[in-house]
Amino acid sequence: MRKLLEGSRAVAEAVRLCRPQVVAAYPITPQTHIIEHLAQHVADGELEAEFINAESEFGAASIVLGSVIGGARAFTATASQGLLLMTEVLYNIAGMRLPVVMVCANRAVGAPINIFSDHQDSMALRDAGWIQLYVESNQEAADSMILAYRIAEACELPVMVCMDGFFLTHTFEPVALPTQDAVDDYLPTYHFARTLNPTQPMTLGGGSEPDNYQEFRKAQFDAMESAQTVIEAFEAEFHEQFGRSYGGLVQGYRLEGATTVLLGMGSMMGAVRDIVDKLRDQGQAVGALRLRCFRPFPKDTLIEYLKTAQHIIVLEKAFSIGAGGIIATELRAALHLVGITTPVKSVIGGLGGRDLTPEVIETIFQESTADGCINDGFAPEHIPQDEFDSGQKRHG
Amino acid sequence: MDKRDSFRHNILTSGHRACSGCGEAMAARMVTDLIGPDAIYINATGCLQVFTTHNQQSAWQAPWVHSVFANAAAVASGVEAALRASGKNTPVVVQAGDGGTFDIGLQCLSGMIERGHDILFVCYDNEAYMNTGVQRSSSTPHGVRTTTSPPGRLSQGKHHLKKDVISIMAAHHMPYAATATVAYFPDLKVKVEKAMGIKGPCFLQVLSPCPLGWQHDSALSVSVSRLAVETGLFPLIELEYGELTGVMRLSEQKPVEDYLRPQGRFNHLFASKEGLKEIRHLQALADARIHRYGLLQGESGWDSEQVLQVDRHGHNSYRKTAELDQ
Repeated sequence: MRKLLEGSRAVAEAVRLCRPQVVAAYPITPQTHIIEHLAQHVADGELEAEFINAESEFGAASIVLGSVIGGARAFTATASQGLLLMTEVLYNIAGMRLPVVMVCANRAVGAPINIFSDHQDSMALRDAGWIQLYVESNQEAADSMILAYRIAEACELPVMVCMDGFFLTHTFEPVALPTQDAVDDYLPTYHFARTLNPTQPMTLGGGSEPDNYQEFRKAQFDAMESAQTVIEAFEAEFHEQFGRSYGGLVQGYRLEGATTVLLGMGSMMGAVRDIVDKLRDQGQAVGALRLRCFRPFPKDTLIEYLKTAQHIIVLEKAFSIGAGGIIATELRAALHLVGITTPVKSVIGGLGGRDLTPEVIETIFQESTADGCINDGFAPEHIPQDEFDSGQKRHG
Repeated sequence: MDKRDSFRHNILTSGHRACSGCGEAMAARMVTDLIGPDAIYINATGCLQVFTTHNQQSAWQAPWVHSVFANAAAVASGVEAALRASGKNTPVVVQAGDGGTFDIGLQCLSGMIERGHDILFVCYDNEAYMNTGVQRSSSTPHGVRTTTSPPGRLSQGKHHLKKDVISIMAAHHMPYAATATVAYFPDLKVKVEKAMGIKGPCFLQVLSPCPLGWQHDSALSVSVSRLAVETGLFPLIELEYGELTGVMRLSEQKPVEDYLRPQGRFNHLFASKEGLKEIRHLQALADARIHRYGLLQGESGWDSEQVLQVDRHGHNSYRKTAELDQ
């Protein structure tokens, strides 16, 4: 049965079903509702966990680090400034190959300070060694929590589930929550081989030197690469057990015969699909591709989906200042490696919570086809409906 | 393992890479051997972490983990929470230097205490960032020469006072906070054992001389730390729930010069009028601490009634001095 749930609530319920034994967090908008719900679950005895109010996000990340090596499944959530404050610990968690699961309620980073959604926070952490899954709906956010623990614990890699702040965290959608039995069936009891234990003393986090550091990092890289097949396999299993699927690493929409494909992540993809439908109805061969797993970057899968496209547009809510679109840059590199020279247009938009309306997305489609996907740039400003209908387009 | 086997099973084994005469290595050996192998040790970044776990080697014979510099107390909080959640009561011990305690680690430490985690936090205080090559920390006493507080034409070394971290700990109203040094092993032993018997956060500040940074002969580590106590510069005290409950009394107060002279880090103070003024300031600080904690047998700045009020009468602690006197 589906219930109308706020995104944060959906995530909290799914986390509860995963039976974490330690929840540590520090409040930050737009993440706070998640930990508030979990705190209530603990207070009501519905979740048997230690709820630790950390003194900062740096502390929260460190507490979950300690928890997973102490033998407990753990959860934390944050966003924006909080994620950046965690940065040192997040690199450390990944380097130590610890199965931590967290939610990033995607929010812009300051300055200027802004509480609204974009992907600049988690994408800044793209090189930290965390698996990053970007979800589109509250249902997917909830389901991804269960999947995330399964992946993290099997791969000994941390997983960050990234959900758009407000667009998902504060929005109500119908969500089907699995039963406890079904989740217990899918997600094995927490087991970590390097759990600290006096009967088998082990040193974790010791030093390394030039003669082996690179090998450690290479092993981390290889584990991330192989995580792609693990994610796909666990998602297939999830589909079998729960009847829902999100395409694994990427999710295509109306790609058959599509000459123009728009690639994006997160909650904006609903609007993108609407526009694809509209343009398809008008006879245009367009499609959409949702990048669900940004880390590891699924190069081969993307190439497979995009090899026949003639125009590729990457619309992203983050960019590298001084370089440009992050996904676009990585996609160009991936295509280049196999000799595909299809133009990839990079469009940056939706920063700091700005709406990517259907009209804006349609304009991006039209302009990109017109300019042959040559000119990178920012998404056009929001166009009021009446101007849009009367054809008075304003170009950004 | 049986605790009685502790001394036949060193937690910190030989073969590590500490400098000769390292006070921190001595202190860590004493503390961890007293606690024994049935514990989980969390280490902040610093000398102790570097010289014990170099490049795929480990000198630790107990579960030991290092994450980053600032977060040892928070990692320990997580480990302790995980153990509690799994119904285990393995003791959790943090080891950190003064940087990882007074400076970069203070926030996580404060959070750990405020939340009441059952953890012993041990600070090996060598009064500067020794691992990076002797830079001043907020634990460095004023007047000290470090590479970032060098004496010069306009300066007599560090300008600021040593942070009174034990008072900060006491202000958390934590169950137990104490100071110790490597010079008084029986005292250290009592304090470690007492801390391990208490449920809740405990804090030990162990003065650990660093021959490299303090610039004294490496054979003098123990005697230098003894002088720190005998001059009154480093009082050995115990605080329970914010209240002073124990002090190590001094039969006589030695002049601070006795402590300063063997250490190159204070040499410059003897070479100028301004330096001598800093020495007088250090002497005044020693006097103030002796007064504050009533360290001298017989006459102190406090009247005898006041001294009795603050002497060993804390929660589940020793008998009151008043009772002893009767």
